[in-house]
Amino acid sequence: MSHLILFLIFAALCVGGAINLLVQRHPINSALSLVLVTGSLALIYLLLGAEFVAAIQIIIYAGAVMVLFIFVIMLLNAGAEEETKGSRVAILLGVPGLILGLSTATWVLATRYPGPGSVIIGQLHGTAPGMGRLLFRDFLLPFEVTSVLILIAIMGAVVLARRGSD
Amino acid sequence: MLREASLLLGMHDSMNVGMFLLVAIIKIAITVGVLLTIVAYSVWLERKVVGHMQNRWGPTRVGPFGLLQPLADGIKFILKEDLTPPYVNRTLFILAPMLALVMALTSIALVPIGPNITIGSVTTPIQITGVETANNQPADIGIGLLIILGVTSLGVYGIALAGWSSNSKYSLLGALRASAQMISYEVALGLSLVGVLMVSGSFSLRTIVERQLGSPWHWNIFNGGWQIVAFFIYLMAAFAETNRIPFDLAEAETELVAGYHTEYSSMKFAMFFMAEYANMVTVACLASVMFLGGWSGPVFGPPILQSLLPILWFLARVFCFIFLYIWVRGTLPRFRYDQLMGFGWKFLLPLSIANILVTGLIVALRA
Repeated sequence: MSHLILFLIFAALCVGGAINLLVQRHPINSALSLVLVTGSLALIYLLLGAEFVAAIQIIIYAGAVMVLFIFVIMLLNAGAEEETKGSRVAILLGVPGLILGLSTATWVLATRYPGPGSVIIGQLHGTAPGMGRLLFRDFLLPFEVTSVLILIAIMGAVVLARRGSD
Repeated sequence: MLREASLLLGMHDSMNVGMFLLVAIIKIAITVGVLLTIVAYSVWLERKVVGHMQNRWGPTRVGPFGLLQPLADGIKFILKEDLTPPYVNRTLFILAPMLALVMALTSIALVPIGPNITIGSVTTPIQITGVETANNQPADIGIGLLIILGVTSLGVYGIALAGWSSNSKYSLLGALRASAQMISYEVALGLSLVGVLMVSGSFSLRTIVERQLGSPWHWNIFNGGWQIVAFFIYLMAAFAETNRIPFDLAEAETELVAGYHTEYSSMKFAMFFMAEYANMVTVACLASVMFLGGWSGPVFGPPILQSLLPILWFLARVFCFIFLYIWVRGTLPRFRYDQLMGFGWKFLLPLSIANILVTGLIVALRA
């Protein structure tokens, strides 16, 4: 019961933040809504028992990525966006497509996978040692490949950033 | 519902929900009260110590040795006019100091201040988030350190939004400097703690302290063999994270008036001020937990003294750390901004990565 209440609160915050992100016209308000989304996502992870993922979500997304977003918006001093008229194709095809996609995903999740159930604090299964075993034993190769991929991306960013200054 | 709530709070059956909440509220009230007192008297200590270093007396007028000065300052802050300049973004302008203070005060909840304390039939760990499990063992949140790091990194929002919403050049520049500095040094701060985590093998702050109990040679700063380097990195990064001299470029008054809180007055300004000092206390607590053995120290005497001495040892470490802050403030000049960034990225970051490698080698060789 208490899990359901908490889930509903954070899910509502998450969806509300996402909608607000699209509706707001000032970039900084949109960015702050995205912070709300990442924060409430972290709490939903926590409700599922994935405490390590929840903490990393806060540190990486809310604490680093979004701070950089806001930093850039502040640095460029971006003003309010102008509203476009909106495209008719997007409304005619996009909305039914979105509804179709969402309902398919919901149907698959609801029928194929059992509910995650609720967890008790102190008996979480997504703990740091568990994550470590998964990453460094069961999924070692994908994990290392991903890290090489990220390294390449970082080096690419450095190369691209330096090209302009020379 | 009651049963489920008690499971959610992680309690064992012999303790009812009402008792749990009562204990939790008492712990929160005492910890926050002590924290705010420490914050108020750090300001007094700072003015006094820096005053004596500069051959002055510091505050002397209010009470003996100026001891009532924090109280007078508090009353002054509350009674001053709360001015909101025109052309600010009102919502964010009001939200920013709240965010800064809330994030600064939240992290103290996870700090283990002492071992178990028993009053009457109730035994509880001296830590707000600590609970008692079935076999009288204190249990801690498994990712306590990560939560502290996360909450600290969210504190940047308060500063960034304060500077941006003020709609003033000085505030914006101060906020940009502060957030760039905090993001940069957070990396070194986090990596400096990785070595300690490898030695201790846990994210739980309580477990980390319990592994260091005993003689000072068990403290992580000595025990890791190499962790004294990590402590140095942590110390540097902590000064930068809390925007203190020699890294206080965000509020360099010769260039930026007062930085991100230029436009703030009255209690809103006081909230930034309190957040800064509360962050200092948190960083000091984390240093003593991670490197200096937490509450370890000689325990003797009657039972009441035995349960209070560990808290005293913990607070003594925090005091030394805060004194160090003040000492450095009275001694060092301010860095230039490019020096600050260069120091963080080109010196501290490689050093902390090297520290992780060497610690990993030592841990692997010992195993």
